[in-house]
Amino acid sequence: MTASDWPQQEVVREVRPAPDRYRNALGKYRIDRSAACAGCGRCVEVCSYGVHAKPPGYAFTLRPQDHLCIGPECAESPESCVAQCRQHALTMRRNPSSECMGDPRWSSDLILANWHEAATGHAAPPHIESRHGASGGGFDSMRFKFEVPGLEQPVAAPTAAEIDTGLDLNNRGDGRPQAHIDIPVYGGGMSFGSVSIHTILAKARAAVAWNSFTCTGEGGYPDRLRPYDDHVITQVATGLFGVREDTIQRVRIVEFKYAQGAKPGLGGHLLGDKNTPAVARMRGAVAGNALFSPFPFHSVYSVEDHKKHLDWIKEVNPTCLVSVKVSTPTDVDMVAVGSYYAGAHIIHLDGSYGGTGAAPDIAKKNIAMPIEFAIPKVHKFLSAEGIREKITLIASGGIRTAFDVLKAIALGADGVVIGTAELVALGCVRCASCESGRGCPRGIASTDPELIQQMSVEWATQRLINLQNAWREQMVGVLARLGMSSIRELRGRTDVLCYLTGDPDGEVWQ
Amino acid sequence: MPDRYHIHTVPTPPRFRRIGKFGNVDWREDCSRCTNCVKLRCLYDVYRHEAAYNRDPLTPLETSDECKACLSCVQGCTKGLLSASVNPEFLDLGDEYWKPDILLTTWNQSDTGRIPVSGAGYRGRFHGPGFDSIWTDMSEIVRPTRDGIHGREYISTSVDIGPKPLRLRFTPDGRMLTAPSHLLEIQLPAILDLPAWPVEDAGGDLAKARAAAAGELKTLAVMPVAEATPDPFVVPLLGRDDIANSLEILKAARMAQVEDCPEVAELAGKVLAVNPRVILSVRMPLGPAAAGRILDLAGERIKVFHLCADLHGRERLESGRPGRHIKDALRELHGRLVKEGIRDEVTLIVSGGIALAEHMAKAIICGADLVAVDTALLVALGCRVCRHARGTGASCNPCPAEIGSADEVYAAQRIVNLMGAWHSQLIEVLGAMGIREVRRLRGEVGRAMFLEDIEREAFGDLCRVPRNRVSA
Repeated sequence: MTASDWPQQEVVREVRPAPDRYRNALGKYRIDRSAACAGCGRCVEVCSYGVHAKPPGYAFTLRPQDHLCIGPECAESPESCVAQCRQHALTMRRNPSSECMGDPRWSSDLILANWHEAATGHAAPPHIESRHGASGGGFDSMRFKFEVPGLEQPVAAPTAAEIDTGLDLNNRGDGRPQAHIDIPVYGGGMSFGSVSIHTILAKARAAVAWNSFTCTGEGGYPDRLRPYDDHVITQVATGLFGVREDTIQRVRIVEFKYAQGAKPGLGGHLLGDKNTPAVARMRGAVAGNALFSPFPFHSVYSVEDHKKHLDWIKEVNPTCLVSVKVSTPTDVDMVAVGSYYAGAHIIHLDGSYGGTGAAPDIAKKNIAMPIEFAIPKVHKFLSAEGIREKITLIASGGIRTAFDVLKAIALGADGVVIGTAELVALGCVRCASCESGRGCPRGIASTDPELIQQMSVEWATQRLINLQNAWREQMVGVLARLGMSSIRELRGRTDVLCYLTGDPDGEVWQ
Repeated sequence: MPDRYHIHTVPTPPRFRRIGKFGNVDWREDCSRCTNCVKLRCLYDVYRHEAAYNRDPLTPLETSDECKACLSCVQGCTKGLLSASVNPEFLDLGDEYWKPDILLTTWNQSDTGRIPVSGAGYRGRFHGPGFDSIWTDMSEIVRPTRDGIHGREYISTSVDIGPKPLRLRFTPDGRMLTAPSHLLEIQLPAILDLPAWPVEDAGGDLAKARAAAAGELKTLAVMPVAEATPDPFVVPLLGRDDIANSLEILKAARMAQVEDCPEVAELAGKVLAVNPRVILSVRMPLGPAAAGRILDLAGERIKVFHLCADLHGRERLESGRPGRHIKDALRELHGRLVKEGIRDEVTLIVSGGIALAEHMAKAIICGADLVAVDTALLVALGCRVCRHARGTGASCNPCPAEIGSADEVYAAQRIVNLMGAWHSQLIEVLGAMGIREVRRLRGEVGRAMFLEDIEREAFGDLCRVPRNRVSA
C-alpha cells in the first residue's frame, strides 16, 4: 500500500474546539456598550448566546463577545439585551471591520461561516450565509431544487450513518493500487515558498486524519512532510523545482501541473522577497532571486509528448497514480480526453477564478473559463467518448463551501480540490497581499520566520479537521435530503439543481 | 538582435493624498498603553505613516503602504479599541461603470507602470454586462510562441493603420492599376484620444503631455487642431475651416482625423491635397448606422474609422439614449464588414469605455483593430470621474484633482506608465493564448468565450428559476 520508506504518522480524526487565534474574534455584528452601563448584569441574564459575561466578583460586565451575537433576529425582539438594558447602554449594528473582509466571490459571510466551521467542526448558524457567495453567477446562481420553495419535496432519506462520502481515485483498472479517500475533497498544491511550513504541515496532517491527500505544489518536498508521505501528492510542474526521483517514488499520487487556474497560460512567479534561504535550498535556487516557472512544459507540444511524460513518471514509480492538472481553455474537453488516452488516472481541472498564489489581476479575471462551465463540458464529453467511468474528474478553482462541492459533483465532477477555503480556515481574510514584502500579514502565506510563528501546526491542523467535518456533515445532510446513500450517486445529477435567472441583486444590467 | 519595443516606465507618485479603500477607527479612550501595541507591529506601517502625515501634510506620500485591511490590528488590540471600515468616500468614487476599483488600479498602474498583481484568486463578480461577459482563451499545451515567459519579447503588439488593398490589379502589359497605398504602423494597439469631456487645460500642458507620451510610446495622440503642433505623433482633428490654417500641422502629421459629415469626402480630398501621404480617418459615433456609413465611405476611398462609444462603452443613438455595448455592436459591425468583403480593407479604431487593459484586448477580439483611450488617461492623472465629469458635456471647472495644473513631463510619464502596464498585460493575454501578434487577435471570437454561449452549453439542461423565488 505505502510507497514510503519513512515511518508514517497517524493523526486522530476528532473534532475539538479551535477558536480564533486572535484576541478579538470577528463577528458579523457588533455590540457597543456605552459609558451609561451600570454593570447591573441584566444583559448577562437575557443573552442565551454568551455575548455578555460578568464573572463572579466583577463590578462590571466584560467587553461583549460580539462575535457570538446573532444580530437583528434577536436584537429587535423585546427580550434582547438591547431592549432589556435599563440604561439603554447597548446598541447592535453590523460590524464594520468584518465588512472590510471579503468580496463578491468570498463574501464576508462566507469567511465568517468558514471560520465558524473551522472553530467548531459544525455548520455555521443561520444568521451567517454559509452556502453561497454574492458573485451573482456560477455556483452562486445555482441552488438545489429543495432550496427553492415549492419546487421539489424531499424523498425518503437513508440515515446519515448509511451515507458514504468516499471516493476511489483509480478507475482505470490498470493494475495499479487503489487510492481511496474518505471525503470527496483533497488539498490543492501550495508550494513551500508561497505558504509557510506550518500551513503545509497542517494541510498534510488534516489529510491524514481524513484519509485524503494534500499536494506539495511545485516548490519541492520538505523533509518535514516525510511522516505523511502516504497522503501527499507531489507535483511535477514546469519549473521542476525540487523534483527528484526519490520524491516521486515515495508518494502514491504524482501530479503533472500543466497550468493553474490563478494564472492560466502563464508561469508561476515567486517574488524574490519570498525566496528565503530555506526556500532556495529546497528549490535548488539562489536566495533572493525571483523564480519563474516557465509556461508551458518545454518538452510537451502534443498529446504524444504528454504520454511520454506520464510514462516517465510511471516508470520511475510503478505503483503511483498520475494526475494531470490543467486549466480551462475552450478545448478543455479535448485536453481531458487526450490525458485519458495518455494514461492519466485523474484529470484535475483548475478553473480560472480560483488559485491562492499571486497572479496578475488580468489573468485571474479574464483568461480561461470559470470551473462551473468546465465541469459539465468535460463530463459530457468524456461520457460521449465512453470513458467517463475510467477516469476520475477532479475540479478546483473557486470551491468555497460544502454546497460548492456538492454542486460541482452534481455538475459532473467526481470530487474537488480546495485551496483558498483551507487558507481561510487558518485565518485568511483575503486581503490579497500574499505577494507583497514579507508576505501574508497573518502568517499563512509567508516564509518570514517571525510571521509564521503566529500560528501553530497543532491549531492549524485542528481547524482543517474541523472544517472537513463541518463540510462532511453538510454533504451528508444534502445527500440524505436527496435520498442518496453515496456521494458517487450525485455525480452528473444536474436534475437536482436549478439555475437562477434574472438580474443579480441590484446590479444594473443592460 | 534588433531593438525590441519597450516602454520605459518610471515610478511617478501621485501629487495628492490618495482616497484609500479602508480606514481605521481608533478609540483611544481606555487604551492601556501596551508595550507591544499592534500599531507598531503593522506590517505596512500604516499607523506610523498616518501619524507622520497628520503632523505634517507635506510628508512624502507612501501610496504603496496603504491599509490592506488584514485586520491584524483590529483582532490583536489588547482592549479591542480598533476598528476598520470601508471608506465611504472610496465607495463614492466614479460611477457604475468607472468603479472605484477601476480607478484605484489605474492610479496604481500610473504610479508604477507595473502589472497589478495580487494573491488569493479573483475577487469580483462572476460576470457582468459588456466586457465582463467575455473570457479569453488559453493554450494548454501546444502554443505558437512556444517559449512562454521568456519569449514574451517576441510577441508583437504593433498594428497597421491605413488602406490595405486585398489584391493588386494590373493591366495586361503588367502596369499596376491599384493606387499605391502606405500603412502607418504603430507599436501599441491603442492611441491616445481627446478627453471625453472638456477639461481645464489653460496652459495646454495636458495636450503637450499626450503628444509627448504618444512619442515615447510610438503611438498617436488625437487632439483638436487648435491644440496640435507640427508633430508626427499628433493626429489633428480638423473641422471644415481648419484645413487652410493648419498646413504646417497637416504636413507633419502622419494621420489626420475629421468628424463625419455629409461633405466628408470633399474634406478628405482637401486634406490629401495638402499631404498626400497622410492617413485620413473619419470620427463617427458607434451606432447601428455605423456599418452602413463605413460601407458608403469605403467606396469613397476612406478606409480608417474612429468609432466613438459613450463613457460607458455603449452605442450613441440618435435618440440620445445609450444603446448596446461595444462588445455586441462591434461584433455585429465586424461581421457585417466581413460579409461584405471589405473588413481587411478598413481599419477600425474604437473608443469610449476602454477602462482597463483587458478592455483593449476584448475590444480587439470583438473586431476593432485598435482602441483609443480617453477617460483612462485622465484617471491616470488623478481624475475620479466625479459628478462634475459625469454631467452632459459640462466642463470640469474647477477640477477637484487639479488635472489642469499637472506639468507636461509629469503627466506624460503617468500616461506612459499606464500604457506600459497595459502593454504588459496585453502580452500576458496574448502569451496565454499562444498568439504571437496582436493583429491576429482581431475578430478572433473563436479564441474567446462569451457568457451567453458557455452558459447555454454548460447549464442549458438545468431547470431555470427566477432569482426572486429564492431569498438572497
